[in-house]
Amino acid sequence: MTSYIVRRLLLAIPVLLGILFATFAMARLLPGDPCRAVLGEHATDAICDAFMERHGLNEPIPTQFAVYLGEVARGDFGDSLRFQRPVTELLSERLPVTVELSLYALSFAIVVGIPLGIISAYWRNSPIDVGTMLLANVGVSMPVFWLGLMLAYTFAVLLQGTPLWLPPSGRMTSGMSLAPLYDVWNVGATEGGALHNVLAFFSNINTINALVTGSWPELWDAIKHLILPAVALGTIPMSIIARMTRSSLLEVLGLDYVRVARAKGLREFAVVLKHALRNAMLPVATIIGLQLGYLLGGAVLTETIFGLTGVGKTLFDAITSRDYVVVQVFTLVIAVSFVIINLIVDLSYAFLDPRIRLD
Amino acid sequence: MAEKTETKTTKRRSHRGNSLWHDAMRYLLRQRSAILGMAIIGIMVLIAIFAPLLATHDPIISMLDVPEEASSGIRRRDPPCIHLLGCPEETPQHLLGLDSNLRDLYSRIVYGSRYSLYIGFASVGFAIVIGSVLGAVGGYVGGWLDNVIMRIMDVLLAFPALLLAIAIVTVTGPGLVNALLAIGIVSIPAYARVMRASVISVKERDFVTADRALGASQINILIRRVLPNAITPLIVQGTLGIATAILDAAALSFLGLGAQPPTPEWGTMLGAERNQVFTAPHLVFFPGFMIMLIVLAFNLLGDGLRDALDPRLNR
Repeated sequence: MTSYIVRRLLLAIPVLLGILFATFAMARLLPGDPCRAVLGEHATDAICDAFMERHGLNEPIPTQFAVYLGEVARGDFGDSLRFQRPVTELLSERLPVTVELSLYALSFAIVVGIPLGIISAYWRNSPIDVGTMLLANVGVSMPVFWLGLMLAYTFAVLLQGTPLWLPPSGRMTSGMSLAPLYDVWNVGATEGGALHNVLAFFSNINTINALVTGSWPELWDAIKHLILPAVALGTIPMSIIARMTRSSLLEVLGLDYVRVARAKGLREFAVVLKHALRNAMLPVATIIGLQLGYLLGGAVLTETIFGLTGVGKTLFDAITSRDYVVVQVFTLVIAVSFVIINLIVDLSYAFLDPRIRLD
Repeated sequence: MAEKTETKTTKRRSHRGNSLWHDAMRYLLRQRSAILGMAIIGIMVLIAIFAPLLATHDPIISMLDVPEEASSGIRRRDPPCIHLLGCPEETPQHLLGLDSNLRDLYSRIVYGSRYSLYIGFASVGFAIVIGSVLGAVGGYVGGWLDNVIMRIMDVLLAFPALLLAIAIVTVTGPGLVNALLAIGIVSIPAYARVMRASVISVKERDFVTADRALGASQINILIRRVLPNAITPLIVQGTLGIATAILDAAALSFLGLGAQPPTPEWGTMLGAERNQVFTAPHLVFFPGFMIMLIVLAFNLLGDGLRDALDPRLNR
């Protein structure tokens, strides 16, 4: 097991280096002049020269790359060209939005997807199975942005005035807000400190903040704002999980030990839920891990539609406004977390299934 | 011995080769979902071919430039008007309504089928060609070259596909061709991996060693021995890949990075009208529904093909 972990970790190093280079190159390759994109078309050459000088953009490319590597190693990512604020600050403000959205979307996908898959496998080849799988196929084929807009129209316009009405955009009703946790608890008030940053991060996950501070109206409001985006973003993973659960369960149900369980006289219900399900969950766990990458990509679309300023929306805006620093750091964070998630999925899979690590 | 194995394998393959495809086709035609997928794709292809005959209006020009329409009191974003369903005869008929630029939505949707099919096939074709070459070379040559190719593929896979495609299009500039190239590039690793796996599983087999002993050239071996073994997974991956490609291309267009207005591309149409969703939902509903339909069709067909071509599945 140890050698397997070491091997997987070593394999991740060239990928991480590649990512560092790719994010650096990507930011430099963006066409257009960063100075005029940030300061406007009317910036004079003298102003632009000073701007390029200040941000080290006049240095030769290898020097810039070396500087970049040094910054990454120190965790110092510089300021956003557009917002004139440290990128890390921007990140701690916007990452929570995406993390929260992704978590709710993934929870929706798991909570709905796995039971659908079980139902489908339990009543295999029945009309229920056919219907569920057709639904899953439609779900996989659904453009996120279309589903999001249609959900917003249905719940915000058609159901207006009914108890089912849901807000079509934003994170909270205007006028409602949550105090940062470091203010509520009066700890870690020094800006830039580790505790402060951690608390700031969790403060921005509205539902967690509201839950731990016991702000129930705010909690309900935040949840209501999350339902539509989470369902829109979670539908494709939900369908994939449902299909995977079904096929994996059907495969396990054909194995000898399941036949033994049936021969013992167990009811089919117990056979499926108690004996087969546990082993069938292995590939499902992998699929769930792999969906996280999709969620980050889909977050760009969902955040755009539902007016949420998360990582996806910020990155998209930064790309179109040539904010090199933000593009670089945000893609880096996304890609690195994607690699780490995949690593964890691989390792947990090896942990759960001894056959993998023996290979 | 090696020679004997080789002849036997060739014989068996040529016999089984036919019957595998034959069986697969028969099995495919028994699956209702795959037939549904094929039917939808077939209809879409017909719509794309006969678009000029099926469209009731020009997809690009505004109805303001059509004298008899302009004087009939039509307004921007008018909902569908179908005479058979009780829409007054004096109002001009627009099967799916009008968009914000007073263009006939139905005609635009009809022409849009051409773009979706083109994007799907072109980007996947591009990815298959490049991916297969990279995968085949890596798998066959092995060593450091293989390592370098596959690590580059890993880096490509480390970025969420849509984000990488967005970044590539921003570098190359928005547009239909750049968008489909970006989607092609993003999907290369999938095909490279499939091809490489097939090559590695075949290259040490006796019949390939025999070929080599008989003096067959590397290229010859690659094309005659290795490729046929890799075709099946590539077809399955490609069919499912078309679905993803259409979906991603629509997303790029929706964000304004793909086909540019006034091109009647479904994603572009949806993106341009997305702020009208609360006042004129038909402008968002129909293009999105078509995207969903064609993606569903390729998914159903791809799943059917995978089941049909997988010899391990017991049926």
